[in-house]
Amino acid sequence: MARFAVLVFPGTNCEGDVLHAIEAVTGQPAELVWHKEGSLDGFDAAVVPGGFAHGDYLRAGGLARFSPVMEPLIQMAESGRAVVGICNGFQILQEAGLLPGAMLRNESLSYVCRDVRLRVEANSSPLTCGLAPGATLRMPVGHAEGNFRADDDVLEALEADEQVIFRYCDDGGEASDAANPNGSRNNIAGVRNARGNVAALMPHPDRAYEEALGGVDGCRLFESLHRFTES
Amino acid sequence: MSGPATLEAALASGLSSEEFRQIGALLGRPPNPTELGMFSAMWSEHCSYKSSRRHLARFPTESPRVIEGPGENAGAVDIGHGLAAVFKVESHNHPTFIEPFQGAATGVGGILRDIFTMGARPVALMNSLRFGPLSVPKNRALFTGAVAGIANYGNSMGIPTVGGEVFFEDCYSLNPLVNAFALGIAPADRIFRARAEAPGSPVWCVGSKTGRDGIHGASMASAAFDEEAEAKRPTVQVGDPFLEKLLMEACLELMQGDALIAVQDMGAAGLTCSTSEVASRGGAGVEIDLDRVAQRETGMNAYEIMLSESQERMLLVVRSGREAEVTRIFDKWDLDAAPIGSVSGDGLLRVRHQGQVAAEVPCRALTDDAPAFDRPAARPSWWPSPEVTPADLPEPTDWNAVVRGLAGSPELASRRFVYEQYDHMVRSDTVVRPGGDAGVVRIKGKELGIAMTLDGNGRYTARDPRRGGALAVAEACRNLAAVGATPVGATNCLNFGNPERPEIMWEFTEAIAGMTEALQALGVPITGGNVSFYNETEGANIFPTPVVGVVGVLEDSTRRIPQHFAAAGDLLFLAGPEGGDALGASAFLKERHGRTDGRPPKPDLDAEVRLGAFLRAPGAAGLAASARDLSEGGLAAAAVESLFAPDGSAIGAELQVECAGRLEGPLFGEGPARALLSVRPGDAEALAGLASREGVPLTEVGAVGGDALRIRVNGSPTVSLDLDGLADVFRNSLGRLALA
Repeated sequence: MARFAVLVFPGTNCEGDVLHAIEAVTGQPAELVWHKEGSLDGFDAAVVPGGFAHGDYLRAGGLARFSPVMEPLIQMAESGRAVVGICNGFQILQEAGLLPGAMLRNESLSYVCRDVRLRVEANSSPLTCGLAPGATLRMPVGHAEGNFRADDDVLEALEADEQVIFRYCDDGGEASDAANPNGSRNNIAGVRNARGNVAALMPHPDRAYEEALGGVDGCRLFESLHRFTES
Repeated sequence: MSGPATLEAALASGLSSEEFRQIGALLGRPPNPTELGMFSAMWSEHCSYKSSRRHLARFPTESPRVIEGPGENAGAVDIGHGLAAVFKVESHNHPTFIEPFQGAATGVGGILRDIFTMGARPVALMNSLRFGPLSVPKNRALFTGAVAGIANYGNSMGIPTVGGEVFFEDCYSLNPLVNAFALGIAPADRIFRARAEAPGSPVWCVGSKTGRDGIHGASMASAAFDEEAEAKRPTVQVGDPFLEKLLMEACLELMQGDALIAVQDMGAAGLTCSTSEVASRGGAGVEIDLDRVAQRETGMNAYEIMLSESQERMLLVVRSGREAEVTRIFDKWDLDAAPIGSVSGDGLLRVRHQGQVAAEVPCRALTDDAPAFDRPAARPSWWPSPEVTPADLPEPTDWNAVVRGLAGSPELASRRFVYEQYDHMVRSDTVVRPGGDAGVVRIKGKELGIAMTLDGNGRYTARDPRRGGALAVAEACRNLAAVGATPVGATNCLNFGNPERPEIMWEFTEAIAGMTEALQALGVPITGGNVSFYNETEGANIFPTPVVGVVGVLEDSTRRIPQHFAAAGDLLFLAGPEGGDALGASAFLKERHGRTDGRPPKPDLDAEVRLGAFLRAPGAAGLAASARDLSEGGLAAAAVESLFAPDGSAIGAELQVECAGRLEGPLFGEGPARALLSVRPGDAEALAGLASREGVPLTEVGAVGGDALRIRVNGSPTVSLDLDGLADVFRNSLGRLALA
């Protein structure tokens, strides 16, 4: 049995979706953890969900890293347990230094909410360990700052080390410009850390876990996360 | 108290000399300047509905499902399973013209407070927008600014925007419309009301601090604009969706217990309105001390504190002895919360400031005693608008160009540019996304789904307000029927010009008459809404624009009719009465010929009732592969919309039209009570049986399939547009126009 923590900052708004998705997909209990908590003892994995933590004031994720819960979260990452971020959670993990790169505003300068297709690039992360590289998945994005940037040398290292785990692609699996919803470099939609236990993506698997929502591809990511906690 | 206010001050604040006299009579003395400001706001059209109250009383407001009708912060209807849907639509027109981003954003903030004030968790938003033509740069700025503002607020709150509408007409250039709708879900037996009872109970002000922003917003929204409108920018509030998100969570957490007697949000006229309304509804009084109100700025006087429209504030009436619960929960969310006074038994709103009584007014004088006018109404000489027939129009030669042009027109092109800026998937309950006839959200853990739509057609109402009012209601109900939902309640936002003009009052009363006829025929009660008068700038009035929001129930949200063509080989049927060829005030006339004249189609309410019964009949959801209501753009527009699913996929179709005379009417006519259905060939007979049982004529009009939209007229190929090209025009034109 695995215990999942779902962090809640003031302004987080996808905690219910993540909680529901984890329980529906894995059958394991998940618990909401308020950002003022000082401990994540007993949890096997933590998910930082989407939303607008602290209003995204200053910049997306910029204030959340000062919340008390970030200290145990960083310890959790250092201990090798799974830490994953979705959307705003990705931005928070970047701001906390747990994941590389930074997010600029979308190239359109507008928020974008629509379905995208993702190509799995590497199965060496808690979000992809049950997936085959090259497989494609469909799920919604919903963000205004998902335009992934990193210095050329950082980007080169990420690619060489297979730390890019998802890329935006078209229906044929090509990482084309037309398939890129936000202008991300190299169509990057998700990355992992060097150790392979911290990972995040901008799209929302927590909005694609039942046919009623238009797709179930998000389930594969939560199944991977579950498998990772058991390994 | 300071000395008495003068008649000149009253006139300058928007009150009439007769109203100033009435205030003196109610108080038994002249008001002081603070009291005058309070009356000016509360007796404004925006707060008092003084020109509309008598007419709104005609709406049907009762049904076995209605839990809360007009008069509270929002209406509530029973949706079964022990749940209530709490919903309302409200305008934020004037602020949006002055500052589109903040004006539209705070419209969303305001309507959301109305919902969670009732103890309901908001689960869906919609909005209805009107702007001037996008060929004008200022209109593009207003449009894109308002959409970005709505997106910013709704997205931050984590509430999906699942539907709405946007249209463009010259008359909205100097007076855009932003109507925001919100819907929440509450336990049916735990609806909170805004009635102060139990004298001695503490009154709290929670949420944001009070500043000098938005002072006199209510009066601003009750006056026509002139070229000085830009100078009114300081009367527009600035929204903070993050703070409202915290306020919502704190209020809903507090409402889980029973520490509260009443909750009232602070919108127009701020503390004045919230204290006097909560007290007069409960037959009580309120005494407050402004020195205890958390303030954002120093040196604010009583007038400013009482009339500030700082956003994200709530007034709570707390049960005596339960204050600690309020403090604990608001501390958790890092929000200001302070007792500022208490409920009294004397019916007075008594305001203390710096040790003095700054105002002392009977609560009812501000609310129930506000004037109610029966303003003169006069039918304009041009009425009725002459009919337009194809014989009046040049006959097109290139029908491909006509259909392509309409598919990419501001009137009919996909609204993707707008709704993709709104988070419509958060909460993971959106089962029908924007781009269809109605949005649908499910209730987790139940089969139940809630469908909703927001509709209005200013062109129709301008040319025939009675027909326009009825058609707005009919279209909204038809949109719900198209997904198989049963309408259970309605809200409305009545956007009109200057009520002091008799022809505007005629439009208003006629539109209400038409809406009432349709609501009665379709069995849908009004549970609340909003009136926005004085949509007049530099002497020009907008088209009268009643917007109707209807909420429906889907007992099983998985058993609904899809909105897009499903499979090649499916047959196409037009359901509904024949002869729907009317072109008056149509989208075709506007976009092809630049005309907004003519008479809109005659409503056919019996046929609407039958169409609804057919589409909701048990089994219909399994038999119809797709359904689309026919409205703006007629059959051709319904076909184009059905080709392109929101996920980007597309499938072609061929329409076969039999037509003895001109083609415009059969293709683009906007006759009511019709829908375009696609059906698997093997199910066609069973579906026809259902239709015939409900008395709905079905006409076969073609088939799904192919890589183009083709139209054959009397057997001969007339239109052939390849899907890729048409998809680009339909899906991307609005964005191109907006960002030009």
